[in-house]
Amino acid sequence: MSFRHKNLLGIEPLHPEEIRTILDLSDRYVDLNRGTQKHSDVLSGLTQINMFFENSTRTQASFELAGKRLGADVMNMAMQASSIKKGETLIDTALTLNAMHPDLLVVRHPHSGAVNLLAEKVNCAVLNAGDGRHEHPTQALLDALTIRRAKGRIHRLTIAICGDIAHSRVARSNILLLGKMENRVRVIGPPTLMPAGMADFGVEIFDDMAEGLRDADVVMMLRLQRERMDGGFIPSQREYYHRFGLDAQKLAHARDDAIVMHPGPMNRGVEIDGTIADDINRSVIQEQVEMGVAVRMAAMDLLARNLRAVPEGVMV
Amino acid sequence: MSVFCRNARLIDPEAATETIGNLLIEKGKIAAVGDIAEPSGARVFECDGKCLAPGIVDIGVKICEPGERHKESFRSAGLAAAAGGVTTMVTRPDTLPAIDTPEVLEFVTRRAREASPVRIKPMAALTKGRDGHEMVEIGFLLDAGAVAFTDGDSVTVDTRVLSRAMTYARGLGALIIAHPQDPGLSRGAAVTSGKFASLKGLPAVSPMAERMALDRDIALVEMTGVRYHADQITTARALPALERAKRNGNDVTAGVSIHHLTLNELDVGDYRTFFKVKPPLRSEEDRKALVEAVASGLIDVVCSMHTPQDEESKRLPFEEAASGAVGLETLLPAAMRLYHAEAIGLPALWRALSLNPARRLGLESGRLTQGAPADLVLFDPDAPFILDRFKLRSKSGNTPFDGARMQGRVLATFVGGEQVYRRR
Repeated sequence: MSFRHKNLLGIEPLHPEEIRTILDLSDRYVDLNRGTQKHSDVLSGLTQINMFFENSTRTQASFELAGKRLGADVMNMAMQASSIKKGETLIDTALTLNAMHPDLLVVRHPHSGAVNLLAEKVNCAVLNAGDGRHEHPTQALLDALTIRRAKGRIHRLTIAICGDIAHSRVARSNILLLGKMENRVRVIGPPTLMPAGMADFGVEIFDDMAEGLRDADVVMMLRLQRERMDGGFIPSQREYYHRFGLDAQKLAHARDDAIVMHPGPMNRGVEIDGTIADDINRSVIQEQVEMGVAVRMAAMDLLARNLRAVPEGVMV
Repeated sequence: MSVFCRNARLIDPEAATETIGNLLIEKGKIAAVGDIAEPSGARVFECDGKCLAPGIVDIGVKICEPGERHKESFRSAGLAAAAGGVTTMVTRPDTLPAIDTPEVLEFVTRRAREASPVRIKPMAALTKGRDGHEMVEIGFLLDAGAVAFTDGDSVTVDTRVLSRAMTYARGLGALIIAHPQDPGLSRGAAVTSGKFASLKGLPAVSPMAERMALDRDIALVEMTGVRYHADQITTARALPALERAKRNGNDVTAGVSIHHLTLNELDVGDYRTFFKVKPPLRSEEDRKALVEAVASGLIDVVCSMHTPQDEESKRLPFEEAASGAVGLETLLPAAMRLYHAEAIGLPALWRALSLNPARRLGLESGRLTQGAPADLVLFDPDAPFILDRFKLRSKSGNTPFDGARMQGRVLATFVGGEQVYRRR
């Protein structure tokens, strides 16, 4: 199946078949990455620019590695330190970069919708690496790949997403993706960290971990930003950990074979107990990182095919 | 010289009628109206059965003089108003600097006289610098021509300051216009909370913030007895409070912008910043309730909330982009959407566009009766067109109706009997 999109800005516009296409191709890249010859040249000759307007180590490294393994020329730009400080607008920055003829632009920005705005102004393919509280599509795709490989399917599962739903783009993209693939999605968190209108997303809402985790196949923990712990949204870190931190006792409510996920970086002892994060029988957190590189390779490969108008039916 | 407007569909908001007839203008006033014969010596203006109504009195027009003349000047706003059938612009004081002294107000009235083809009635700030600490010289500003006092969208947080300003204003019979929006809940918000806001990941405010602030203001009105107008009531939740305040005999009125009557939160779509207004667009249920409230008369005034913004302040990520939309030229065509949807008849619409705002400010205009100023708009409610923002006369083209199919066009505008606009 062909991939009809010019950009990967979010999960929202994707069709379930397109999600499967990305996941299928990602599986092949997992095999490539596990071999000794970790190199392909499908992006050879193309230029990939990573523009991060917000701090990131993991996502940026993952995109960089993905591009390099596919043979692209990769450039990283830490935008907090550059022209933005000099008062240049986002659109001017985009136009400046566009003039350098990149083929793939990977963008992270602290404001929702900023990547969409930028994508309107450039000719190349744009990948959203996280915009504000809006979407983080490659994270949701790598989570889906991890789940599919662990559970053998990515439909009819009960998946609990726990923590700061309100400020999380990871939660949004995952809710959209898992909903499209016909899973039962639960969100668990204190009401202050639950966005308005959540019930309209087709998810079940809980503010009690024991209830929310009952018979879950997948437990997805979210990172709680330190700046939210100051009494504005939750009274204290220790009360949060007591009520919403994932420990063995709470996890016991989920299915015996339930897997535990976390997008990283983790706050051990805040949202997740260290021993659970390290339990190789439950935690798939390291696999998530591995899948991340493969998914990003697949996404960039598919978008680059459109750039070069590779005829349908040609695979890697 | 007298002008005889022949064969018009006369929209009379006072009598709540629309009739076919003629109208005679003499010495800048309406000399006769209705089934009258053509007098000799008058210039005949053929109306071809199109609608003739009192010119629109638009409360809350932002003209960016002084301070940001590149966004809008008295000249450009005046031309836009004339082309939009707005014969009186009631201007906002949220300029740079704010219009908070008689001296700045005099600058405004002088510029208005020089540059604008339509009438301008300036509002003044309620507190110095619009910062909510000290009241302005309400007496001097009234003498200088201020028709109302408002800090615009800067809500007076300190209720003691506000209650004193209200008490002082009451003594002078001045009208206070407030923007009911709880400052705490609405801080940093770009859209209305709900599914759409959550889906798009945008900072949002509960519609309750409007009701809370309106409740607070009404309590202060009860306490002080001031004449009070809420600039925009945009949520269904606030309507019962407004209704109760009126029923209890308070001197309270309310307005709503045309954008909140014709658009809803979903129109923002893919982060389109031209749809970012203040307060943010609401749900479709709210919009419907507001249309009903205008039809019933609970909401008194419909305005454009004309807020020019340059491209730079709109071409930003949604959260960072400036709020506001221009509306002088689109107010009438957009209002026709309500007429064509059979939600509000033309006389009731003109009650909210002309009669009520004029009355509230103590102006003689807004009526289609003998002796009233000949501030008139002739329009074709059915003429279709596609709006092109680059053809607007306003210096700023930030309209949410760009590319929209509209129905209803202004054909001619008269101010004090003078023709200030004629569509060719």
